[in-house]
Amino acid sequence: MSKIKAENVNVYYGSKQALFDVSIDIAEKEVTALIGPSGCGKSTFLRCLNRMNDVIEICRVEGSIKMDNLELNSRKLDVVRLRENVGMVFQKPNPFPKTIYENVAYGPTIHGIAQSKEEMDQIVETSLKKAALWNEVKDRLDEIGTGLSGGQQQRLCIARAISVSPEVILMDEPCSALDPIATAQIEELIDDLKKEVTIVIVTHSMSQAARVSQKTGFFHLGKLIEFGPTDKIFKNPDNQQTQDYITGRFG
Amino acid sequence: MNSFKKNLLKKRYNAERRFQWYGKIAIGLALSFLAVFMFQIFSKGYSAFQKTWIATEVHYDKELLLIDAESPSKDDLENADYYDVAYKAMTSLDPGLPEEEDRQLIQMVSYKYETEVKDLLLKNPDFLGKIVPIKLTASDDVDQVHKGNYPRDIPEKNRRVNDYQLQIYDMLNERGDILSEFNISFFTSPDSREAELAGIASSFMGTVFSILVCLAFSFPVAVLAAIYLEEFAPKNKFTDFIEVNINNLAAVPSIVFGLLGLGVLLAVFNLPRSTPLVGGITLSLMTLPTIIIAARASLKAVPPSIREAALAMGASNMQTTMHHTVPLSMPGTLSGTIIGLAQALGETAPLILIGMVAFVNTIPGTPVDPAASLPVQIYIWSESAERGFVEKVSACIMVLLAFLILMNLAAQIVRHKFEKKWS
Repeated sequence: MSKIKAENVNVYYGSKQALFDVSIDIAEKEVTALIGPSGCGKSTFLRCLNRMNDVIEICRVEGSIKMDNLELNSRKLDVVRLRENVGMVFQKPNPFPKTIYENVAYGPTIHGIAQSKEEMDQIVETSLKKAALWNEVKDRLDEIGTGLSGGQQQRLCIARAISVSPEVILMDEPCSALDPIATAQIEELIDDLKKEVTIVIVTHSMSQAARVSQKTGFFHLGKLIEFGPTDKIFKNPDNQQTQDYITGRFG
Repeated sequence: MNSFKKNLLKKRYNAERRFQWYGKIAIGLALSFLAVFMFQIFSKGYSAFQKTWIATEVHYDKELLLIDAESPSKDDLENADYYDVAYKAMTSLDPGLPEEEDRQLIQMVSYKYETEVKDLLLKNPDFLGKIVPIKLTASDDVDQVHKGNYPRDIPEKNRRVNDYQLQIYDMLNERGDILSEFNISFFTSPDSREAELAGIASSFMGTVFSILVCLAFSFPVAVLAAIYLEEFAPKNKFTDFIEVNINNLAAVPSIVFGLLGLGVLLAVFNLPRSTPLVGGITLSLMTLPTIIIAARASLKAVPPSIREAALAMGASNMQTTMHHTVPLSMPGTLSGTIIGLAQALGETAPLILIGMVAFVNTIPGTPVDPAASLPVQIYIWSESAERGFVEKVSACIMVLLAFLILMNLAAQIVRHKFEKKWS
């Protein structure tokens, strides 16, 4: 079942076009990986899904992106509501320089999700448990989030993202700043999360895409070259460029 | 290695050594200027923190005080005539002096000696009818003689202290009746025409009120302007124009702001002249650009990843700014503010134009009372002819410097203690 349906998306930075007619169907409760060489537009596309491109003044998005039949690329859309439903985890862990508790509680606070202190405590605990961080931090929730290790910080960011129970989580190279052990933990986490959430992950690591995703899209020079089940993309791609990239002949 | 290469290498090392020496010489020069400056001020000013008194005895004679009542009330003591009692206390130092020469003795204490005699009795009503020891503020001339600042070897007619007075001084000094104590009144008294009585209380309070008014006006305006310009305003020609103008404003000579204060605050709005209120508002025009620039710089220094994190959580622009960006930029903004205020603290020119240069011998209790300020006080005293004011100028500079050092220290502490580290 399709969660997000993008049709003919074109993105321009000023006069430079970054995405060309991208159409893609992202299935519900699956992990979709977007791969491709640097500057191919995969992150740009990801940021269209929660309208983070709004921050960049010169950026212009054309085309249609529908989530559950709601047009995302519309002036009338309430981006605050959208971002409550579509969480994001960034390339570099970016916890707020506040306590671990405050980091997770921030989303529920501004969206008025918790009615009481107990409820908030519950949300923080559940989110940290889902992010596989609870056991490591349960005794020091009032410590500053930026004092954790890189891998822990990234899991804290994931906990923060899932604290508002989003339907979709976007991950922009979430493991590129982490060591292999922390990466393995995050990948396990992604596997768990996909039971409840739709995940779109941008990654530079093809092995990671192969490990965690069900569908893979290959971007090159702003175009979606090939999109299909991960198995097929990695074992038997239709396109020669995909084949070359997968086998490491360019990129 | 051939000789050409060796030569080149040697030249390179020599050039670096020379360069390091230039740097050391520059630093040495700067430090020695500072040392000379500090030595000048301290060597001239430290004596102002000592006050000279003349010890004598006073007889609170009821008859001379013109008190008739058996057990006089406070009012009776208040209204008594102290002239004769005080006069006798001084002339008793040399009973043999003919009456027409008595002025020579009276001149050795401050003109307020009668008040000092009165205050002692008001404080201790049971002294009435008794002979008690008292210390009277020495005149600034005796004070300077005692501190060794006054040359004794110039001809008598060129001297403000004549031979007879020097003789009395030497006699008293030998008896131990010239006392030197810490000069509390320098900090508690307002300005005075008499150097021995002049203090910095008025100008100190004037400075404190001016700075508070300046802070109250400039901080909120500057921070709001900085937040709007940095976080919300569109980046276009118009905002560029505003930015250029703010930077230019920071370079405008302070006297121009003084003219503005004179022309607008005093002439148009009719605010009270010579007051810290007007002074503070005028100074706030000066600190405004400094704070805006500091606040914008520290807002810019907040990593964009924090903004992205908040926006991606669904925070509005306003929430992102108020919950994250502004609190994180506060240490930088605050230390910039303190530095701006420290600059304002040393300003003289604009305050002179708005009339804070007036002679004020009361201590202001509110920002709308007339007052001087520390730098203006230095300016006023430096124009006075009496020798007693020379040390006061240096002492006042010391107080101003101490104030400045404290503020800069506060700025450092704020910056280091509250600065948050992000990954």
